[in-house]
Amino acid sequence: MTSVPMTQSSASERTSSEGPFLEVEDLTVTFPTEDGPVTAVSGLTYSVERGKTLGIVGESGSGKSVSSMAVMGLHDAKSAKISGSIRVGGTEVVGLGESRMRALRGNSMAMIFQDALAALHPFYKIGKQLEEAYLVHHSSASKRDARRKAIEMLDRVGIPQPDRRVDDYPHQFSGGMRQRAMIAMGLINDPSLLIADEPTTALDVTVQAQILDLLQDLQREFNSAVIIITHDLGVIAEMADDVLVMYAGRCVEYGTAKQILVAPEMPYTWGLLSSVPDVTASTDARLIPIPGNPPSLLRPPSGCSFHPRCLHSDKVRGDLCRTELPALLPASTGTAHLKRCHLADPVGVYQNEVLPEIAPDLVEETR
Amino acid sequence: MTQDPNAEAQIEPTEVGANAAESGERQLDSDVSDAYGSHERGVDGLDFSSLADLGHTASELDPDAPAVLTVDNLKMYFPVKSSGLVRRTIGHVQAVDGISFEVPQGGSIGLVGESGCGKSTTGRLITRLYKPTGGSMMFEGHDLAKLSNREMKPLRRDVQMIFQDPYTSLNPRHTVGTIVGAPLEVHNIVPKNKVLPRVQELLEVVGLNPEHYNRYPNEFSGGQRQRIGIARALTLNPKMLVADEPVSALDVSIQAQVVNLLQDIQREFDVAFLFIAHDLAIVRHFCPEIAVMYLGKIVEIGDRETIYGRPHHPYTQALLSAVPDVKQAAIGGRRERIRLEGDVPSPINPPSGCRFRTRCQFAQEICAKVEPPLLQIGKRHKVACHFAGELGAHPATPVTTELLGVDDQGSTVPGATPTNTQLTIPGYEKTWYDLGTKQTTGV
Repeated sequence: MTSVPMTQSSASERTSSEGPFLEVEDLTVTFPTEDGPVTAVSGLTYSVERGKTLGIVGESGSGKSVSSMAVMGLHDAKSAKISGSIRVGGTEVVGLGESRMRALRGNSMAMIFQDALAALHPFYKIGKQLEEAYLVHHSSASKRDARRKAIEMLDRVGIPQPDRRVDDYPHQFSGGMRQRAMIAMGLINDPSLLIADEPTTALDVTVQAQILDLLQDLQREFNSAVIIITHDLGVIAEMADDVLVMYAGRCVEYGTAKQILVAPEMPYTWGLLSSVPDVTASTDARLIPIPGNPPSLLRPPSGCSFHPRCLHSDKVRGDLCRTELPALLPASTGTAHLKRCHLADPVGVYQNEVLPEIAPDLVEETR
Repeated sequence: MTQDPNAEAQIEPTEVGANAAESGERQLDSDVSDAYGSHERGVDGLDFSSLADLGHTASELDPDAPAVLTVDNLKMYFPVKSSGLVRRTIGHVQAVDGISFEVPQGGSIGLVGESGCGKSTTGRLITRLYKPTGGSMMFEGHDLAKLSNREMKPLRRDVQMIFQDPYTSLNPRHTVGTIVGAPLEVHNIVPKNKVLPRVQELLEVVGLNPEHYNRYPNEFSGGQRQRIGIARALTLNPKMLVADEPVSALDVSIQAQVVNLLQDIQREFDVAFLFIAHDLAIVRHFCPEIAVMYLGKIVEIGDRETIYGRPHHPYTQALLSAVPDVKQAAIGGRRERIRLEGDVPSPINPPSGCRFRTRCQFAQEICAKVEPPLLQIGKRHKVACHFAGELGAHPATPVTTELLGVDDQGSTVPGATPTNTQLTIPGYEKTWYDLGTKQTTGV
């Protein structure tokens, strides 16, 4: 297992003296199954500071959600084997007892899920569910205080007439309002870490824009660290400071949003960029899919796990891609940009081969 | 069993698409199927440039293509019943309220809009899963809106549908062979012993292994299942496909495979597409012509360059400004966008006049009084707005007053004669109303 500690990353830019709020180091999550152990996440290392946003991208099954659920301590200790270290605000979370975990969860860290209708209880009023989240962590607060807080939070996330809507059931809310209500529930205890797992995937673009605005406003207000898990690279481009690209349970590229989306150096990231059309791209741009399907984690491919789908492995001498897992090493754009690839000259390949096909308009600009 | 006597003569089991057969290229390049194909085949021997050549650029518009489907003033009202013993109708959900458009032969038109705007209902009307409340849908000389279910049956094979969710649209108890072959048996087109070869041929076309006809849907991944759905839609050589969010349930890397496959199919078999999606970028790539819907009406329709480059309707502008852009990463931060206040109003009781006025920053008195017609303002561009104009250049006074015979506040001017009576025809006229000169102009 290879991992590179992320200590030196662009420390000069930072103004706050305290370290990152969330530090994940060499995280490995394994689930035993009937067919053998499945390593859903292996050797994952990243960190998020307060006030910053980390975007995690990858296909389904790449370990994005599993790693975040490990941070929240949502894996059953009996069935999931977690190793490595997760420090939330200095507290080691791996191996923490359930009662102490519960004090952290929903209080200093919270999670927003993709499907708001499934995440809210259909039998209880929205207000009751918000109040419960508040009362659990404020044992001295009265019910009246909790209700006032619930109304205040609904107002804060932009629900009209919050004093009336607080007594509605989840089905009486529209999709966007439910998502807002869930964000209100996540933020009711002013968490310092907010994990948003595909927060806008099921929503219309206009509602998505409202929710993203809201997340940014709230982040600014509470100075919280935010992790956004999504497969929409547009959302990543507009929201994230840092980006982590995951494939088959491993980090394959890590850097600032600009480094990852403008100068990516890993063929999988190229594939992601080339397989989504863009609303402003040239119509001469080709849509180039990543061939094949994501690998089974039960029997991951040898060497670089992307090699069976990689179109550039022939440029690497010998059988390196097939036999040896590339280390996560600094890319050419700077030490904060890490990539896991054997390619000797990724910048050249990207500029000369990939970019002319996926963004012919950008090539002329850069030359 | 009702059966078209010509059926067998029309479709030979081994022939995929009459047009393709004529040109001698009866099947997709086997490279195509291989490259997108199943995981086990891998990508050995395939380098980036050859795969890139298989990827498609955005589809192009053929301005002279004749219309295969002409939809005129199509309406679908769903009754809302009261509760209780006597379930009286107390209102109607005006899901689709008077839309008109044309689908060119072998071309594609995209329908975009927020959820609840009626785009999926439109797709279901065209496939006649619903019987419309009013209007007409002319397809090959038949009005699909008026046919009985019995008369509809021989036509159903020409208009097929691809569904959104490949996990619920395939029967888990049927093998792939049964699923893809079912349309052949329903329409009694080929003898029983010819069904399997045709099924295998179709699986090959969509890039699946033809030997897998005996497998069940649960043995396939999401992208592969969507291919099965596409193969089923292709079984009867349709002239038109309604694709309702065909890729939104798939992973990003798989979406591109399916979009490219649909483009291959369109080029090979000359199928027309009604492409329904809320992802504006995918629609832009696939459709050279796009209609934007809001609350059951088309508010703007035009070619790709116009809709995405110079939209004139405030709703289209707001919608486009809300799409997150990958290119923003080079600049950092969020893009400036137009904020829409509130939610979409209820289609049971839509606002008077212009339906978008409750959320529109340009709305004035006239918008509440008079409904703006879908006015042709360019060669291939129609917009329904009293204050139509490019972003940042919306006129201060309504542009439609002379045409409608009303004053700036929307009250009828005595003695004025509305100039244009036929404002909502499907397709485009040779002449149009120029916003700058307020005159009818031509090419």
